[in-house]
Amino acid sequence: MNYEAMAHFAQTWGMIYFILIFAGAVAYIFWPSNRKKFDDAANSPFNEELD
Amino acid sequence: MEKSMPRKGMGLDVLTLAVVLIVLSVLGLLWSAGTQDPLLQIHTWIMTGAFVLGLIALAMKGFAGLDNDQSRYNEGIIKAGIIATMFWGIVGFLVGVIIAFQLAFPALNIEGIGWLNFGRLRPIHTSAVIFAFGGNALMVTSFYVVQRTNRARLAGGVWTWFVFWGYQLFILLAASGYIMGVTQSREYAEPEWYVDIWLTVVWVSYLLVFLGTLMKRKQAHIYVANWFYLAFIVTVAMLHIVNNLAMPVTLYGIKSYSAFSGVQDALTQWWYGHNAVGFFLTAGFLGIMYYFVPKRAERPIYSYRLSIIHFWALIFTYIWAGPHHLHYTALPEWTQTLGMVFSIVLWMPSWGGMINGLMTLSGAWDKLRTDPVMRMLVVSVAFYGMSTFEGPVMAIRSVNSLSHYTDWTIGHVHSGTLGWVGFVTFGAIYCLVPWVWKRKRLYSNDMVEWHFWIATIGIVFYITSMWVSGIMQGLMWRAYNSFGFLEYSFVETVEAMHPYYIIRATGGLLYLTGALIMAYNIWRTIRGDVRKVESVPEAEPLAAAIPAE
Repeated sequence: MNYEAMAHFAQTWGMIYFILIFAGAVAYIFWPSNRKKFDDAANSPFNEELD
Repeated sequence: MEKSMPRKGMGLDVLTLAVVLIVLSVLGLLWSAGTQDPLLQIHTWIMTGAFVLGLIALAMKGFAGLDNDQSRYNEGIIKAGIIATMFWGIVGFLVGVIIAFQLAFPALNIEGIGWLNFGRLRPIHTSAVIFAFGGNALMVTSFYVVQRTNRARLAGGVWTWFVFWGYQLFILLAASGYIMGVTQSREYAEPEWYVDIWLTVVWVSYLLVFLGTLMKRKQAHIYVANWFYLAFIVTVAMLHIVNNLAMPVTLYGIKSYSAFSGVQDALTQWWYGHNAVGFFLTAGFLGIMYYFVPKRAERPIYSYRLSIIHFWALIFTYIWAGPHHLHYTALPEWTQTLGMVFSIVLWMPSWGGMINGLMTLSGAWDKLRTDPVMRMLVVSVAFYGMSTFEGPVMAIRSVNSLSHYTDWTIGHVHSGTLGWVGFVTFGAIYCLVPWVWKRKRLYSNDMVEWHFWIATIGIVFYITSMWVSGIMQGLMWRAYNSFGFLEYSFVETVEAMHPYYIIRATGGLLYLTGALIMAYNIWRTIRGDVRKVESVPEAEPLAAAIPAE
């Protein structure tokens, strides 16, 4: 693969790859059914009893 | 759930470790018998001695029934880690002060004692503060946090102690090697091939202990602090192995040659070097922030969602930023530009994380006034924001043409390490000591105040003197006279930096003084003492935070 082809690949598919990953993370955090899970997780430092 | 009794006899963990240590001891003996290299001889004796000592300790502890009670957290390893962190911190800061004075007063490089020259001591300072102080701080806090937030005792039984002592052995081998001149000259990766292999063994064991504990968790979701710790452990393993790919000249000698050469070697080195900053000094310590700031403030993290974005954006971006260390070199320009762009993109996750940490105090800002430990943690996050703002600016190629190879870089690194890494670690240790030793409070809150202010003034001395010195140095290097000749000779720039070197060394001395005050305070707290007359009232959280057993 020559330099131009490599640079073209990085500037198109590389960018799309990053955007998709970011979109995936945003969808994950705003997914309505995840809300309770995140609220519970945020409070896990305050619930440390080992039983 | 196992019954809450100390177990009897040997478990699988004790058995496997005993076999491994026996094999290592025999190999160590054969190795030391076979080598003609006097330096390797010393190191093989240290290693063999450590393996045999480990075996004796295991026999004395293991056969008597090692505590592996699943109904309690492993706090013995936490106590050992806190003491190791404090010890190596003081060693690392002390060596830093010594080499700072050696730069200011070259006569301190005493002729005839070559092994105490700046060149030998400098890697001891960097390795001691990053890997010995920082590494022990990350191990001990990760072991604490992974147990507490997953409500499970550390996995691996006695192997957790192998990780702890194995890591101390790595530090000992690295530091003694530097003094003797055993180095492969890769910045922050100086140890030679056999020490690198040993660290790999220890690090993979660390990963397995951490993963094993995560697998024992009772809830589906893993708390975000653990994600940062896991990213730190996995990525450092990858960086360490790739950067240290090398071929030893002989199995019985210290010397090896890197698998890379030329510009590929430089890029591999800085891919490693910058991600040591990104994943060791940033991701790992963010794990500390995401547990200890909410815990100390007694309120959950400001936005859990933001913490997830912070995590994924940070790890996907940092890994590309390394080429900014090689602007204006033989590295292809597009690679330099790539490193520069990703460095600037890093502003976003870094500041997102900083805001998340700081805003956790919203509604509880009074704790900054009443609780010096809380203030230490918050100031560390502020330094995180400051140095992650400065870093991307310096990564811009045209700024870098002024800043690179000057003291500005040193100042930038130290605002991150003294301010962010150091303070967040101090804050975490001030929290941990009363928690794990079951004390109602620290020996003295006044001393935490003293530590805070002395260390902060020290940092200000350090970074301001290096800003002035670095920018002056860069400007003097590029100054031309009316005939087109360089205005200054190199030695004139060195002479001009002298006063700033003295200020820097003074700043370091103040920082070390703060750490000594802390060590005294911690020692008295462990003994169970409480200082009678205190001007700073006891903050609320400590009493509430003592975990119920």
